[in-house]
Amino acid sequence: MSDSMQTLEQHTQSDYKYGFSSEIDTETLPKGLNEDVVRQISAKKNEPPFLTEWRLEAFRKWQEMTEPHWPKVDYPAIDYQDIIYYAAPRKKPVLNSLDEADPELVRTFERLGIPLEEQKILAGVAVDAVLDSVSVKTTYKEKLAELGIIFCSFSEAVQDHPDLVKKYLGSVVPNHDNYFAALNAAVFSDGSFVYIPKGVRCPMELSTYFRINTANTGQFERTLIIAEEGSYVSYLEGCTAPMRDENQLHAAVVELIALDHAEIKYSTVQNWYPGDKEGKGGIYNFVTKRGLCAGAYSKISWTQVETGSSITWKYPSCILRGDYSIGEFYSVAVTNNFQQADTGTKMTHIGKNTRSTIISKGISAGRSNNSYRGLVKVGRKADNAHNFSQCDSLLMGDRCGAHTFPYLEIENNSARVEHEATTSKIGEDQLFYLQQRGLSEEDAINMIVNGYCKEVFNELPMEFAVEAQKLLAISLEGSVG
Amino acid sequence: MLHIKDLQVSVEDQQILRGINLDVKPGEVHAIMGPNGSGKSTLANVLAGREEYEVTSGTVQFNQQDLLDMDVDERAHAGIFLAFQYPVEIPGVSTMNFLKSAINAQRTARGEAELNPMEMLKLLREKTKLLGMDESFLKRSLNEGFSGGEKKRNEMLQMALLEPKLAILDETDSGLDIDALKIVSDAVNQLRSPDRSFIIVTHYQRLLNYIVPDYVHVLYQGRIVKSGNKDLALQLEDQGYDWIKAEAEAALAQ
Repeated sequence: MSDSMQTLEQHTQSDYKYGFSSEIDTETLPKGLNEDVVRQISAKKNEPPFLTEWRLEAFRKWQEMTEPHWPKVDYPAIDYQDIIYYAAPRKKPVLNSLDEADPELVRTFERLGIPLEEQKILAGVAVDAVLDSVSVKTTYKEKLAELGIIFCSFSEAVQDHPDLVKKYLGSVVPNHDNYFAALNAAVFSDGSFVYIPKGVRCPMELSTYFRINTANTGQFERTLIIAEEGSYVSYLEGCTAPMRDENQLHAAVVELIALDHAEIKYSTVQNWYPGDKEGKGGIYNFVTKRGLCAGAYSKISWTQVETGSSITWKYPSCILRGDYSIGEFYSVAVTNNFQQADTGTKMTHIGKNTRSTIISKGISAGRSNNSYRGLVKVGRKADNAHNFSQCDSLLMGDRCGAHTFPYLEIENNSARVEHEATTSKIGEDQLFYLQQRGLSEEDAINMIVNGYCKEVFNELPMEFAVEAQKLLAISLEGSVG
Repeated sequence: MLHIKDLQVSVEDQQILRGINLDVKPGEVHAIMGPNGSGKSTLANVLAGREEYEVTSGTVQFNQQDLLDMDVDERAHAGIFLAFQYPVEIPGVSTMNFLKSAINAQRTARGEAELNPMEMLKLLREKTKLLGMDESFLKRSLNEGFSGGEKKRNEMLQMALLEPKLAILDETDSGLDIDALKIVSDAVNQLRSPDRSFIIVTHYQRLLNYIVPDYVHVLYQGRIVKSGNKDLALQLEDQGYDWIKAEAEAALAQ
């Protein structure tokens, strides 16, 4: 068993050990889903009527939809009436110091290079409010407010900025977009909201200092980011620390809107529980992420490093409506043991002179299955659209699978579409070469894999890239030989 | 330094080496020659620890250590260097990054401090210059898109940087033009020293015009069938391998 799996298992046990589920929770609705549950969720969150209606509409449409089965993933049927759709945030067990935390977990944190204060929060250690990380957080919040940037939880945004929410919610991912997006629209619990005013360049990577806040977000998360004319924001989602969650089904929705000359860079590192060595108990991650380049010369860039979850179903996409707008997708998806990933992107060219780039790097190990699925669509009026796609697969061992499903729909003759795909095996020759020069097997694998992923890592903010490299090393430990 | 005794090796149940005996003392240069398929490259790879080769019998001692018991990287740390016949390409890994990691991995294994970035840069510049290479070379992905000559030159650079105790050159001369051949032989000659040994595996004599060996061994059907000094290589060039084969088969028939 690899170290990372041990860590995860122990982490799992540690949750249990500390009586994670023994808390008495009065803020929980009974299992199951019906209109009444949707109304109650909305009421508990004190939402304005438009949002209650929007949720109900989504729920009614969802009832008429069927779960998609086209992805190349396999899982037992989900009983949607056996899920609790609303629970007030539970308190994590509080420890007095890191010495009380699971030593394996702490060791993983150290190897990932997570700062001590963050380690404490992630492990559930009580943190004094005067500690540095907290004051840093406050300082940044003040700085953002001065620039007119709104960065808050989705629930707060609903209360404080209902007009913005009303204007943009569902404008990119409609409440009936697909089965999981409709479910999310009906029952979403919370998430993040970002608004960057006209001409403002957000001076920091959003959520670098806040990511702990997002560590405990719920099962049906919703994110909405709006970049006004000429603004810029880089948003980081996720965490490299192993994340365990008692909710198996996750169906998040992310909507991005970039107006004229605006740029949104959205980076994700996802390391959710992938299940045990037999693949049991891992998280199902069914996410809808879409960005709208609404204005001319706008740009949306998705970068993702996916190492966790037992099933990943995720296609961060761009709708290039503004003329000269740019969409980018950079992805590293790692699957090991029995993990299954069906991920890729959709680039929809509508405006003239729009450009898109897709760089996808799949790494399969163990008995996992890793699929790239991508659609490049060029509409009738999208003159001079240009797409470049590169989809590479790296296989480690001979029991895993890599699949590529590129789709093209071109309705304009001036389009230029280039596609490159490679499949390679991590070579005994490469390993032997590096080891002959004195590198250990582990370091040799890391060097080869990091080289393979370099184009994607280059797109990540520096500190995130360093963590992502280490995370990859841990995810693939023991997967060769 | 190196004592090979009755070394027998199989690949996928087919016996390739049928009992090799060879002693290499510090500072010596041994050339291993022989027709195609005689087991020359197998010998080079077995010494470096390649997994596909199964040692069925025999021993190999390297500086009083049991070489066959050591992992590939441990052998490298002990001072064994293999210049590859076909150096592999590793996309996305810069040559510079690779060289730094290799040098520091070996230093760490020997209990020496890692070189700091300034020291490293100085060393890399010095050695690239020594080999007449442009520094821009260091920024390129390891061996990716390199010409045959550039790959071999890169092997020689690594040899110069890692300063092995025993360097094994596996048909390093194959496919090289005369200029590249000169670069390889200059590198070897510069590194020749009383405590460093070389095993030069080659099919042709021409490399030995530039690197003068102390001993020449002829490998045929998995055995060393003839040993001599540099004149043996010249004789092979003149007369080909047929007389060796005839001699060897006659000896076997007896």
